[in-house]
Order: sequence, then C-alpha cells, then structure tokens
Amino acid sequence: MEIAVALATGIVTGCSVYLVLSRHLIRVAIGFVLFSTAANIAIFLSGRLGPMAPPVVEAGAGALAADAANPLPQALVLTAIVIGFGLVAFTLVLLLKGFIRLGTVDADDLRETDRPDNAPAAVRPAEPRREAA
Amino acid sequence: MQPLLASPLLIPLATAAMTALLWSRPVAQRVASVAGAAALSIATILLLLEVAGGPPLVGRMGNWPAPFGIVLVVDTFSAIMLAIAGLKALAVAVYILGSGRASRDRRGLHPLFHGLLFGVCGAFATGDLFNLYVWFEVMLIASFGLLVLDGTRDQVEGGIKYVALNLIGTSFFLIAVGLLYGLTGTLNLADLARTVPTVGNQGAVAAIGLLILVAFGAKAAVFPLFSWLPAAYHTASMPVAAIFAALLTKVGVYAIIRVFTLVFGYDTGFFGPMLTVVAMATMVTGVLGAAAHYDVRRILSFHIISQIGYMLVGVALMTPLALAGSILYIVHHIVVKANLFLIAGAIKREGGSFALGRLGGLWAAKPLLGLMFLIPALSLAGLPPLSGFWGKLAVIRAGLEAEAWLLAGVALIVGLLTLFSMVKIWNEAFWKPQPNPHPVIPLGRMARFGTYAPIAVLCVLTMTIGLWTEPFAALSVAAAEGLLDHDAYIAAVLGPVQAATLTETTP
Repeated sequence: MEIAVALATGIVTGCSVYLVLSRHLIRVAIGFVLFSTAANIAIFLSGRLGPMAPPVVEAGAGALAADAANPLPQALVLTAIVIGFGLVAFTLVLLLKGFIRLGTVDADDLRETDRPDNAPAAVRPAEPRREAA
Repeated sequence: MQPLLASPLLIPLATAAMTALLWSRPVAQRVASVAGAAALSIATILLLLEVAGGPPLVGRMGNWPAPFGIVLVVDTFSAIMLAIAGLKALAVAVYILGSGRASRDRRGLHPLFHGLLFGVCGAFATGDLFNLYVWFEVMLIASFGLLVLDGTRDQVEGGIKYVALNLIGTSFFLIAVGLLYGLTGTLNLADLARTVPTVGNQGAVAAIGLLILVAFGAKAAVFPLFSWLPAAYHTASMPVAAIFAALLTKVGVYAIIRVFTLVFGYDTGFFGPMLTVVAMATMVTGVLGAAAHYDVRRILSFHIISQIGYMLVGVALMTPLALAGSILYIVHHIVVKANLFLIAGAIKREGGSFALGRLGGLWAAKPLLGLMFLIPALSLAGLPPLSGFWGKLAVIRAGLEAEAWLLAGVALIVGLLTLFSMVKIWNEAFWKPQPNPHPVIPLGRMARFGTYAPIAVLCVLTMTIGLWTEPFAALSVAAAEGLLDHDAYIAAVLGPVQAATLTETTP
C-alpha cells in the first residue's frame, strides 16, 4: 500500500516538475498546485498507512488505542492545504493582473525589468545592446 | 507563559488588525503603525535584556507539554534577531511617514507591513519546525502583497518571478518537514536535536538536511538559488525594499543557522564543506553582479546576496568565534543595508533618479546626505572603525583559525570589491557634476523629518557598533555559545526529567 502511494506521489511530482518548467505561467501555477499536493501526500504518508482505528480516545480511556491512526500528520496536512490554497489564489490573481498589465502569460516575455541599466556615459558600451523583440 | 515572550507576536498582530480597521483614515493609520512599531521595538529590547546570556526563555502554547504542543523558544540569538527586527520596524515605519505616497496607505501598506513583521518575529521565536513553516508562509504572503503594492508593470513582472521561485522553495521545506516527521516522529526542534543523531538511517537524514538547506537557501538567497532577489527587489518601493533587505533574507539565514547548529550540528563533516563552498560562491557572485550594474537599487540588491555569504561562514566552520562573527555580521548588516536602501530612496527624491547615469552633483547640493551615505557604505565595505570592520574581522579571523585559507581570502577580496561598488555610487551620484539639471521640488517639513531621521539614527547606530563594539561583541559571543550548547537548549525546552523519559514517541 505504502509503495503504491509512494509511486503515485513520485508520478505526481514528476508531472508537476514538467509543468513548472513550462514557459506558460498558468501551467506553472498548475504545476505548483500538483507539487504542493505531492508534498501534502508525503506528509500524510509519514504518519504511516494501514488499517487503523480512528484517532478518537474512547470514553473512560486515558489515551489512544494502540492501533489508532496518527492524527498529527493529518493536522499538518490540513494546515498545509489551507496555506497552499491561499498562495495559489494569490498567484492566480497576480497572473491575471500580469495578463492585464503586461498582456502576456509567457515567461519569456517577462524581461522588461531586466533591460540594461542607464549606464554613465564614461562606461557605456559604444553600441547599445539590442533588446529582443 | 510570560507575556513578554509572546509580545513580539501579539504587538504586530494587534497593529496589523488596528491599521486594517483604520483603512480609510490614513493619518490615524500612520500613527497606529508608528506606535505599534515603537511598542514592538521596546518589547523586543526588554526581551533581549531578560534573555541575554542566560538560559533560553520557553513558552508552552496552550500549556501543552513540550514535544506535543508548540513552544516558543527565545535564546540569546533569537532575542538579538528580534531586537534588531523591532528596531528596523520602527525606522521603516517612520520613513514611510516621509516617503509614502498617500495611495499606498489605501492599498494596505500598513497592515501588510505589520503582517510581515508578525511572520518575521514568529520565525525568530518559534521552537517547532512545522510552526517555522507556517511563519514563513505568513511572512511570504505579506511580502507578496507588499512587493506588488503599487501595481506598476515592473512590480507585477518582478512579483511573478518572486512568487514563482518562492513557492517552489517553500514546497521543498514542506516535503522535508514531512520526511523528517516520518523518520523521527517529532517536529519540536529540541526533540529533533535529541533524536536525529540516533536515527539509524543517516543517509535519509542527510537527504532531508539537503532538502532543508535548499528550502532555507532559497529564502536566504544563497548561490545558486538567489535569482528571485535581483529580479524583484529593485521593483519594490523604497520603504518596502528596505524592510525586505533588512529582514526577509535574514530569516532564511537565521533558519539555516538555527537548524544546522541544533539539529544537524553533529554532522559537520558532511554539511561543513558544502556550506563553505556555498558561502564562497554566494559572496563572489553577489559582488560581481553588483559590479556590473549602474542602478543604485540593483547594486544594493546584489550586495545583499554577497553579504549573505559572510553570514554563512559561522555555520560552515561551526567554531564559537565564527558563529559569533556571523551573528555580529548579521546585526551590522541589517542596520547598514536597510539604511542604504533608505538612502537610495532619499537619493531618488533629491536627485530624481536611481540610475547612476542620470545622477550627479549631490555632494554639492546635499552634503549631509553624502555624509550619511558614506557612513553605511564604508561600513558595508568593512572599513575601520565602522561596524562592518568588526564583523568582517571576526569572520575572517575565524576562517584563519580554522585554517580555511581560501574562505578567508575570498572574504577579504570580496570586501575590496564591495568598496569598489560603493565608491562607484559615490563617484557617480555624489561627486560628478549633474549631467542634466532639473528643478527639484523641496521636501516639506514632515517629509524631511520622515526621510532623514531614520537614516541619521541608523548612521549613529552604525558608528556606535563600530566605536563601542564591546557589548555587541560580548552579546554575539554569548549567542554563539548558546547556539553550540545543545544540552541547555534541550533541557530548557523539554525539561531535564522529560529528556530522559520521552524515548518512545516514534510512531
């Protein structure tokens, strides 16, 4: 069971890396969603899988049963999902804003802020470097 | 739970809420912001006085016993970082009075600013790895908002790059946290320090250590993970860039130092050489990047990267002197670097541009500004008797004592190249005649006070650290000894009894 889930996590991670390396920024955002999902599954796996009792303390008992599931990773994953959701929501809004302001979602076109500085006359190269169209 | 311990978290949170409530009243918002920053500054200094040199102060959230609940742990190192963060917060809050366009107040500058401080202080104070992740995210989301505050084309473009690269970095951290929990069954830093050396599968531990190094390294902008920093910082408005330069990367450095002394500190043979190479490459690439640029903001951005290298020397060599040098260096750097960004803002207001080609003649027009630029600039380059000299001296001397000749040599040469960049700004912006004179709008009284008061105070602080180094050096040495004294940290968090009995927490 753990092997299967671990393999699936690996495949999801691979897909996310492929998407993140794309030039299309929406694909990058989807890749990030997949990447954080893979991370969440990895945390969930760290609590071990298996046929376990729900992590609920029985009435009268002082502690969890020995075969109870580990509730901590679930709490961690829940936190991580909420945070990831917020980050993705912000990213999508930023990309929309970028599309409105810059007119592109292609990473290759995002080089306006990388243009050469306004160098002093003494050190300016004779032929100004031509910008890529 | 001491109230003093929680105050660095509660004050920024309360201030953020307060300024958000006062959204439509800019004046009240500014007053609340400065008052909150002043309160934070006082609280953190009181905390430093309480903690300095003694055992770590521990607060158990919700009174859960240590490895099960979240703990706040403030030792001398954390307290120093908190105090300097509080000081920076106050300086930038006052600076915003002078330089802030009114439109920024209406876009949530103040709530986001204090939200950022909330995340930064939380990261400095926490004693739990997952909690550290949460604080990173608090800080990150606030910094996203701050970066694209004006919504200009440049900011949106820089923001996209910044967001994309930082999201990947935090995901690495999350994966590392999950794997570490799977291996040890705990995420409390003190408990990890106890259990990690006893884990059978040391190969997995090393892999997790590398994942964490990548995640924190991306935050700290070390080589080769720094590319988000020069892509984004020069697009931010100056008060925002100053607080970013002062605190964001330093949280990454703090996390590296904390985790790689406390949790992975037993394995210096593996991580030491790696961190040494990273430190050297970071110093060199940063300073060369700065040498190639002719925009004040970009030069300063690249210098942040270069200086991060010096801060890693301590954790790379893991000797008390090297760690103390790194801590002194961080204190000096936070004071000086944020000040340089504030001065860059002042240069823009007085000279009309950030581009060195269009600046000039500022020494004749504003001699006081020139003087206030020279102090932090020469301090950054490490000239005696300014603060940077002592930081560099301690770091390089530690390198020589540890016989890391290459590291010490690189640190020296990078210092020289830093001087080159600073002199370049001086020559172009202050000394050469103004190439295209244009009318300068004189600043109002409030704007002048807001712009120059923080710069002057930070200049005085730089001089103080330089001329009266003794207390600062003693504090750094105490912090370094605290970092290397794992047993005291573990005992303070887990308690001496629990340290012996809690051996079966692994799932």
